[in-house]
Amino acid sequence: MKKIAKAKIDDLFKAISEKEVLYLPVDDAQGQAAFIPWKKGLKMSEDLNTGRSAKDLFFPQVESLVNFKMDGKKLEIIDAAREKDPFVIFGVRPCDAKSFEILDKVFYYSEPVDSFYIDRRDRSTVVVLACSAPEETCFCQAFGIDQSEAAGGDVSAWMDGETLYLKAVTEKGEALLEGLPLEDADDKAVDGLKKDMKAIMDKLPLKDLDLSKFGPGKTQELFDDPAWARLSESCLGCGTCTFVCPTCQCFDIKDFDGGKQIRRFRCWDSCMYSDFTQMSAGQPRPTQKERFRQRFMHKLVYYPDMHEGMFSCVGCGRCLRKCPIHMNIVKVIKTIGEEK
Amino acid sequence: MYQDALIPKLGVVTQIRVETPDVKTFRVIGIDGKKPFVHIPGQCAMLSIPGVGEALFSITSSPTVEEFIEFSIKKCGCVTDWLHSMEEGQEITIRGPYGNGFPVDTDFVGKDLLFVAGGIGLAPLHSVINYCRAHREKYGKIDVVYGSRSMADLVDYKEILDDWMKEDGIDVHLTIDNAQPEWDGHVGFVPNYVTELNPDVSKTVVMCGPPVMIKFTLAGLMDLGFDRKNIYTTLELKMKCAIGRCGRCNIGSKFVCKDGPVFRFDELDELPNEY
Repeated sequence: MKKIAKAKIDDLFKAISEKEVLYLPVDDAQGQAAFIPWKKGLKMSEDLNTGRSAKDLFFPQVESLVNFKMDGKKLEIIDAAREKDPFVIFGVRPCDAKSFEILDKVFYYSEPVDSFYIDRRDRSTVVVLACSAPEETCFCQAFGIDQSEAAGGDVSAWMDGETLYLKAVTEKGEALLEGLPLEDADDKAVDGLKKDMKAIMDKLPLKDLDLSKFGPGKTQELFDDPAWARLSESCLGCGTCTFVCPTCQCFDIKDFDGGKQIRRFRCWDSCMYSDFTQMSAGQPRPTQKERFRQRFMHKLVYYPDMHEGMFSCVGCGRCLRKCPIHMNIVKVIKTIGEEK
Repeated sequence: MYQDALIPKLGVVTQIRVETPDVKTFRVIGIDGKKPFVHIPGQCAMLSIPGVGEALFSITSSPTVEEFIEFSIKKCGCVTDWLHSMEEGQEITIRGPYGNGFPVDTDFVGKDLLFVAGGIGLAPLHSVINYCRAHREKYGKIDVVYGSRSMADLVDYKEILDDWMKEDGIDVHLTIDNAQPEWDGHVGFVPNYVTELNPDVSKTVVMCGPPVMIKFTLAGLMDLGFDRKNIYTTLELKMKCAIGRCGRCNIGSKFVCKDGPVFRFDELDELPNEY
């Protein structure tokens, strides 16, 4: 365990950014935090979590796959430029750290591998910061996440009013902490802090969220639940929930013809949109009910079916805060499977 | 060059044949002059015209063809419209093969096979029918029931007449929806024709065609006493990645692009009815 006084935290950021690019959650003018590269004068956001999740850094909203040059009947394939530099993400919350594990199962450990995602994961060092002030929209404990443990990254970090504590948990994490302006600390130094954090979590309104109706093998039981129609009735199909979600993985592949070259890029897409599955031959999810059901069934049943029971939600609460009609996964979890 | 499943290879369209007023068959080879890859009957590949888009098509040619692969494609959207308007010699991109394919070397071996196709639904079956013809000794009797709107809409009509119908051990039963002066064959819809032919329930059935044809043919086969475990079909949903990630072709715990497109009806019974 290492530590540094919060008053000297800029020295730490400076030292890290001399080694690698350092991404830090920073508030913008509207008070929305986002991960941006640190430079002198930037302050780490004290807010709970970033407006958008940290998945952007591994699975960006838009990324080039390949370029083409077309000349009559002739076609040429040109590699898209790729970044090569290692980077550090500092201050990832435990829920978002868990989301990396969920995305890894899709992009890192499934064949064929996704070289774009893997490359970014391998170049990164993740510093996970325990949550000292979870919000009432947080329900990470429902998914087995202990926000006081700061697990899932290369370095675990804790912060109280005066001190930042850092503990390397992987070789990459050890390499990062080496040579930084840190003092030694006792592992027990954060015990009290952890206890306080757990106590806060136990007071949150969603602490008893029960997931036992969901999980592998529940498709037949839940698919035709009459409540899907009612819950989805007010859904606008705006897709906001999917864009702020740290685990949503759906994407589109599109071409942009810039005149000289054609750029093929991948961008986030949303199962909440009607044209997501629209074909000339028909539409398998014709109304918002089917699209709405798809999103939640995928997170709570289909993904667990495919990945040893793991849910594709981390309880970060972003969709609870951002949905314009106040519909969300918590309401779905509480409602579906209740009527018999 | 970077290697990634989503980055395609170059291919050349060396021949374009007009099959029907809205179906053309495209012959594709790699830029090196060789067949782009080896496939299993029923598998698919992504073709694209950069700037227009990429789409998944079933491979029509049999794996036993060693020089090229072929795709019979109906004109019905942006990418297919562009494909239909291009000329021979055009370079395109190709990636694949994708999907599971038919169990031609396992479950089909030793069985009497009944192929039922409607319209462009012959495309994925063409590959497996020709594979079975090339390995004739591995299978029992082969029947093909194929129907379309009119004579002009029968895909591969010349090959069916010149090759399939002249071979021993394969019976081809053609039908068109409405009578035409120059047609002396069966007239009527495929589902009724299949029931009329009264096939033996020991046969393994492979169906591909419009949903309404599948629905009524399946009902007819159920009435005859067929087991859903012995009836296969292929599903078609929108796809962008073809490797089970983009989310479009997800049905329950399956992705049609990698776990399909070939499914038995007893397998489909386990999935939500959303296809």
